[in-house]
Amino acid sequence: MGVEARKPPTQIALKLRRALGGKAGWNGVAVQLVFGAILAWIAYEIISNARTNLETQHIAAGFGFLQNSASFDVNQTLISYSGSDTYFRVFVVGVLNTLLVSVIGIFFATLIGFVVALCRLSPNWLVSRVGGLYVEAIRNLPLLFQILFWYLAVLAALPNPRQSVSILGSFFLNNRGVIVPSPLAQPGLVPFLAMLALGLVASLVLRSYARRALFAQGRVIRIWPYVLTLLVGLPLVTMLVFGLPFSFEFPQLKGFNFAGGARIIPELVALTVGLSTYTAAFIAEIVRAGIQSVHKGQMEAGSSLGLSRGTALRLIVVPQAMRVIVPPLTNQYLNLTKNSSLAVAIGYPDLVSVWAGTSLSQTGQAIEIIATTMGVYLLISLFTSAVMSIYGWRLNRSLGA
Amino acid sequence: MTDITASSFVREDLVAERPAPVKTAGFLGFVRTRLLNSPTNILLTILGLLLIWYTVIPTIKFLLVDAVWSGKDRTACLAENAGHPVGACWPFIQAKFPQLFYGFYPEAERWRVNLTFALGAVLLLPLLIPRLPAKGSNAGLFFFAFPAVAFFLLHGGGITGFGVSWVAGLLQLFADSISGVGEVLVGLSKASAAGPLLWAIGGAIALVGTLLHWVIFPLIWLRDQMQAAGQGLWLDFLITAVIVSVILFMLGGGARAGSRPLIASLATFAGIAAVIKLMGLDHGGMPIVDTRLWGGLLVTLVIAITGIVASLPIGIALALGRRSTIPLIRIFSITYIEFWRGVPLITVLFFATYMLPLFLPGNFTVDGLVRALIGVSLFTGAYQAENLRGGLAAVPRGQEEAASALGLSWWKTTSLIVLPQALRHVIPAIVNSFISLFKDTSLVSIVALFDLLGSLRASFADPVWTTPSTAFTGFAFIGIIYFIFCFGMSRYSLFVEHRLNAHRRN
Repeated sequence: MGVEARKPPTQIALKLRRALGGKAGWNGVAVQLVFGAILAWIAYEIISNARTNLETQHIAAGFGFLQNSASFDVNQTLISYSGSDTYFRVFVVGVLNTLLVSVIGIFFATLIGFVVALCRLSPNWLVSRVGGLYVEAIRNLPLLFQILFWYLAVLAALPNPRQSVSILGSFFLNNRGVIVPSPLAQPGLVPFLAMLALGLVASLVLRSYARRALFAQGRVIRIWPYVLTLLVGLPLVTMLVFGLPFSFEFPQLKGFNFAGGARIIPELVALTVGLSTYTAAFIAEIVRAGIQSVHKGQMEAGSSLGLSRGTALRLIVVPQAMRVIVPPLTNQYLNLTKNSSLAVAIGYPDLVSVWAGTSLSQTGQAIEIIATTMGVYLLISLFTSAVMSIYGWRLNRSLGA
Repeated sequence: MTDITASSFVREDLVAERPAPVKTAGFLGFVRTRLLNSPTNILLTILGLLLIWYTVIPTIKFLLVDAVWSGKDRTACLAENAGHPVGACWPFIQAKFPQLFYGFYPEAERWRVNLTFALGAVLLLPLLIPRLPAKGSNAGLFFFAFPAVAFFLLHGGGITGFGVSWVAGLLQLFADSISGVGEVLVGLSKASAAGPLLWAIGGAIALVGTLLHWVIFPLIWLRDQMQAAGQGLWLDFLITAVIVSVILFMLGGGARAGSRPLIASLATFAGIAAVIKLMGLDHGGMPIVDTRLWGGLLVTLVIAITGIVASLPIGIALALGRRSTIPLIRIFSITYIEFWRGVPLITVLFFATYMLPLFLPGNFTVDGLVRALIGVSLFTGAYQAENLRGGLAAVPRGQEEAASALGLSWWKTTSLIVLPQALRHVIPAIVNSFISLFKDTSLVSIVALFDLLGSLRASFADPVWTTPSTAFTGFAFIGIIYFIFCFGMSRYSLFVEHRLNAHRRN
C-alpha cells in the first residue's frame, strides 16, 4: 500500500521572511528599515520645526479656537449664522455650501451631459458637429478660466436691478444675481408631503412585488397605472382636500432693488454654470463611449427575439451601457465636488473660501484648518469609492449568477 | 410546340425609364441623407442652425467685424467714439501684452525669457516627431539640461562650486543631522524611564555620525582648500569631471567595453563647461530677476513644464512602489497616491503656501513660486503614478519572467524590460494628464501668483481700459492661448495613440 504523502515541513522562517520583506526577502526588510528610518527622520524634523515655528509666531496648536467667535459675515448660509457664532459653525456652513453647489452642479451637469451625448450620437450631421464643438471648446479651456469668465464678464455685464432681464415676469436676471419667486409653506404642506411619501413607499413595494412575481413565476404584472395613480393622483386629491401645499411670493421691483422673492447670489450662479457646463463635456464623452461600447448585435439580437425597439433599449442596451458609464460618471461627480473648491476665486462661501480662506487668515491655525479641509474632501472621496466598490461587487455578483 | 415569342407573357414594348435613384453622394445627397431625411432630422437641423446663428455668428462678429483695432486708451473702445457697436477692444491686449506674457519681468531682460522659450521649442519639437533620430540624447537634453539652463537664464545668478562642493555640503548636512538626532536621544535619556536604552541608541547613532564625519573629511578638506584658493569653480569642475568619468568608465566595463561611456561622459562635461563659460556662471552669471517679478504666460509655462518634468519620476517611483511586494513601501505608495488624489489641487496649493513654511526650519524661506511648484509636482505625481500603474499592468508577466530567466536583476528588469513597454502603453494617458496639469496651472492665481489668468485679472483693474468689452476681449485672447496649447496636446495624444495601435487597426 502506498504511504500517505508526507506534508511538506512548515517553513515558518520562510513565511515570516515573505510576510516581512515581500519577494525581496531579508533585503526587503533592510530596505524597509532604511525607508522607515528616513520617514521617521522627516517626521521628526517636521514636528520639531513646526513646534518652534508656532512658538515664535505665538500660535497655540490645537482645536481650541473652534469655540471662539468668528466675527465675520457669510453672504449665503443654509443654516442660521451670524458674525457672533463660533468657528465651528463657520466650518459647518462651509461644508453645507460646498455640498449645495455640488448637488446642484451634479444635477445640471448630468442633464447637459446626456443631452450633449445624444447630440453627438445623432445621425444628424449638424447636430453631432455642434455637440463635438461644445465638447472640444469646453474641455480645452481651464475650469477656473470659465468660472471667472461667467463671473467677471457675463454676470458683470448684466444690467442693474432696475433694468433686470425678466423671464416670464417672475424670474429676474441682474448683476446682483438671479431673483426667483420664493415658495411659502401653506397649511396643506404637511398632508401633501405625507401623501407623497406614502405614494413613494407604496410604489416601491409594488415594484418589488412585481419583480418577484416576474423572477419567481414569470408573470408580468403591469404596475405603471397604479404607480402613476399613487405618485400623482394621491397628492392631487390631498391638494383638493387640504388646499395648496405652498404658494409663491413673486419678486417686485421696489425702488432700486427687489422686494420679495429669493435672491440667488451671482457667485453661486457663476459657479454652478461653470461647473456644470465643464463637467457636462466630460460626462458627454463618457456617455457616448458607454453607448458605443454596446455592440450593435445586441440590439439586433433583441429585435430577433421579438422585443420592440424601446424594450430592447431598456432591457438590453441601457443596462450594458450603464455598466461602462457608471464608474467614470461617479468619478466625474467626485471631480465636480472637488472642483467646487474653485469657489474661493470668486468668493462663493464654500468650505475652502470661508474655512481655509477667511478663518485661516484670521486665526493663523494653518495646520489644523488645512488638515480638516483636506480631511473633508478625503472623506467625501473615500465614501464615494466605498459606494463604488459595493456597486462593482453587486455588479460582479449579478453577472456571475 | 408552341411559339414562345408569340406567348402573351413576353413584353412587346420597352419598359419606361425609371426615375434616377435618389442621389446619396455629393453635397446635395449629403444634405438629403444626413440633414433632412426625416421630419425629426429637419427639426434638429433647424435647431442646430439656430444655435449656430445665436452663438458662433455673434462671436465672430465680436472678435473681427465689430472689433476696434487701434487706439491709445479706453476712449477708442467706446461705442460713441467708434461710431458703431463695439466688439473686441484689441488695443487693450496690445497695451497689456507684456504683462500677459512676462508679468513684471524687467524690459531689458526679456530677451532671456524669449531665448528660454526658443530653446525649449527647439528641444521639444524633435522630441515629438517620431521619425527623427537620437531620442535618447534629445530627451536627456530636454529633461535634464534644459531645466538647469532655463533656471540660470530666467532667474540669473552664478555658481561658486561644482560637484565636489555640492556632494561635500550634502554629506556634511547628512552627517550633522545624524549626530544631532543621536545627541537629542542622549539628552532625552536623562529624563526618560527607558534612559539606558535611549542612551545606548543615541550614543550609537552619534557614533555613526562621527564616523561619517571622519569618512567625508578628505572631501570637505578638498572643498575648503579650493575655496580658500579663490576661483575654485574650474578646479572643482575638473576634479568632478575626472572622478565621474573614471567611475562611468569602470562601471561601463573598463577598457574591455571600449571607450564609449568615457567619451560620452567627457562630451557631457565639455557641454556643461561651454554652458558655464557662455553664461558667465563663474562670474556671478546674469542679473538676478526675483520670481515675484515673473508673471503671465512665463509663469504658466514654468509651472506646467516643471510639473511635467518633476511628476514623471515621482509617478514612476510611486507606481513601482505600489506594485512592490515590500509591505512598508507598498503601503506608503498607496497612502500617498490615494491621499493626493482625494483632495482638490487648491487645498494642495494652500498646503504648500501656508503649511509647508511651518514644516521647514525657521531660517529657511522658500520662494512663493517654488512652493507652488512643489505642490503641483506632488499632486501631479500621484496622478502620473495611477496612469503608469495601468501601463505596468498591461506588460505581460512573461516579459518579467523571461528577464529573470536571463539573470537580470530587479533594477535591470524594470529599467530595461518592463518600464519601456509600460511607458509606451501610457503615452496618451500621460499626455492627457499633462493637458489637465496645464489647465490646472491657472489655479496658482488663487495663491497670489500672477500666471496668465492672474495677470489678466490684474489687468482688468486698470482704469485706463475699463470699457464694457474689456473683460470679454481679455477672456477671448487668453482663451485662445489656452485652447491652442490644450487642443494641440490632445491632437498629439490622439496621433500617438493611433500610431501605437497601428497593429490593431484593420
